[in-house]
Amino acid sequence: MRHSTRRGLTVASVAAATAIALAACSAPAPDTGTDTGDFEPITSIKLQLQWLPQAQFAGYYVALDQGYFEDEGFDTVDIVPSGGDIVPQDALVAGDVDFAVAWVPKVLGTLEATGAELTDIAQVYQKSGTLQVSFKGDGVSSVSDFEGKRIGSWGFGNEWEIFAAMAAEDLDSTSVSITTQDFSMNALLDGDVDAAQAMTYNEWAQILEVVNPATGKLYQPEDFDVVSYEDTDGAMLQDALWADTKRLEDPAYADAAVRFLKAVTKGWIFARDNPEQAAEITYNAAINAEAAFPVGPVHQLWQMNEVNKLIWAGGPFGLVDQAAWDKTVKGALAAVNQDGLNLITAEPADSAYSNTYIQKALDELAADGVVVDGAYTPIDVTLTEGGQ
Amino acid sequence: MSRSRAAIAWGALGVLAVLVAWELYKFLGPADGLIVGAVAGETGSGVMILPRTNDRAMPHIWDMVARLFQSASGGDTPPLIVPVVTAALTTLGIAAVGWLIGVAVGALLGLVMQRWRLAEWGLLPWIVVSQTVPLIAFAPLIASIGSQVDRAGTVPWPQWLSVAVIASYLAFFPVAVGVLRGLESPDRIHLDLMRTYAAGYWPTLFRLRLPAAVPHLLPALRLAAANAVVGAVVAEVSIGMRGGIGRMLIQLAGQGSSDPAAPWGPTFGSIALGLVAAGSVALVGLGLRNYRRGEAAV
Repeated sequence: MRHSTRRGLTVASVAAATAIALAACSAPAPDTGTDTGDFEPITSIKLQLQWLPQAQFAGYYVALDQGYFEDEGFDTVDIVPSGGDIVPQDALVAGDVDFAVAWVPKVLGTLEATGAELTDIAQVYQKSGTLQVSFKGDGVSSVSDFEGKRIGSWGFGNEWEIFAAMAAEDLDSTSVSITTQDFSMNALLDGDVDAAQAMTYNEWAQILEVVNPATGKLYQPEDFDVVSYEDTDGAMLQDALWADTKRLEDPAYADAAVRFLKAVTKGWIFARDNPEQAAEITYNAAINAEAAFPVGPVHQLWQMNEVNKLIWAGGPFGLVDQAAWDKTVKGALAAVNQDGLNLITAEPADSAYSNTYIQKALDELAADGVVVDGAYTPIDVTLTEGGQ
Repeated sequence: MSRSRAAIAWGALGVLAVLVAWELYKFLGPADGLIVGAVAGETGSGVMILPRTNDRAMPHIWDMVARLFQSASGGDTPPLIVPVVTAALTTLGIAAVGWLIGVAVGALLGLVMQRWRLAEWGLLPWIVVSQTVPLIAFAPLIASIGSQVDRAGTVPWPQWLSVAVIASYLAFFPVAVGVLRGLESPDRIHLDLMRTYAAGYWPTLFRLRLPAAVPHLLPALRLAAANAVVGAVVAEVSIGMRGGIGRMLIQLAGQGSSDPAAPWGPTFGSIALGLVAAGSVALVGLGLRNYRRGEAAV
């Protein structure tokens, strides 16, 4: 076969390839709201979750189910779950969503690494729910015992509390071996790690839903040593609602943020006062609308109960506590991972959190007679095998 | 007829052998695996040479099958097999779209590269390099472009289209290479014959090159089908698309400690998915039987 060697075509194909490459590189500039004064209220928003639909996010699903978003003038609210590969703060920076749920230390890391600007507009969880769980007798009952041990963590920014807690104890992060664990608790059960990371509201319950081969019954809390990071200097703020800092200058977006927070606050208040119902709403949303496969209803109720404990710490809903924020920043600055890297090296910008919007939302709700700082009365949840 | 019956029997025997091997190893193998070089008191040291056989690592086959017929997530949810089948069909549909895009793009590239050698020199290295880009790095990029296109409003770009495009990215490669090799496969003597007939490019393409390319094309299509399925499953996980088998696998695997048999449901689903995809391509081969004389008996 004779190949024709037409130069023009080659040039054309090279040009086409270059054009495609360039087109792929240049992302369209984010549209910035420039109009001031009167504005068209935003009626459609997207909220990015940091994990799969479960009672951890009950307040948002309740707000959707109970029509709280509609009450605040939103026609459509799209709650986008993450399978772990969507990083909420990245989705927010990219403009894929309007608001995002993410842990404070993870976002602080992203902000410093990328120079993006996001604002924590509501601190939903006031306390850290992270645990380090080990079998009793393995000698890992406090952070100071971590040295020389094999410590499990999910990675992806979930490990910084471990390093911050170790830094506060003057432990060298290279003295432990941090092992990436998957999202089941098999690493601990199989003895691959000495202590596994667990959230009070999810993995801790999961392990208590497993049958102990020694007794033939479910594992009991007494079978384990539990380090709660909330009790250490490594405690960091977790689930927070984030908004795009630059976009907040747009009055329409700022207004939407306040209305969004009002609906969300009402959702979490509902979850506080009706944990059983809120867990059921979330479970139903997960299995129906989201086509997800949550762990069964009992597990969701446990989760709802534990999550409420983290949210209702005595103060009003969602306000960023200056002391807790400073503790998080201090921990983030002190934490050095096993590769000698810091999470952040400088204090975050002042714009990294703002109580303006949540305060406005709370004031408006309080004016309507809503109790925004009630206490939560924990309920008793008896776990079952497999949580079903 | 007896030959096809024998084929079915051998196939069933193969599946049975896997099942027996699984249960036999589970029965004989060490529950906590065999680790060599472990240092006492140092968790996780040593290298595991025999995998664990406990019920978390290797559930019994009957437990896995029984789990398929139990409620998916407790409560009133339907048996696990229902969402598994639905999710597998969803993924199959997306993979099919990805396969079609991949085959179209791959065939076009193959044709262009065969027609102009400069195009082959210019494109082939890039095509090879394209397959070394990790899918998990590439997937969020496509998803992001897709969501920006969708938000721009002129062209709708649903999430599944991103998944299909990512699947096509894996699928086009074997087709491009297969078509190129296939079109170049006719013997010199046949090409010369065409030239003595004063046949131009197009008649040569349709009467000689394309028929000759079929034996190269069919394995390429089958590879593309397998790649499209893998690509679709990985892409679903990467960009967080709901409803497919990939997302289901990840979700159920997270519950593996307390419900170890559950993740095997979608695993079986994806196996069935791959078989159906490969089987469908075999049907294409049946239609092109006349052009497959050069191939070994299939």
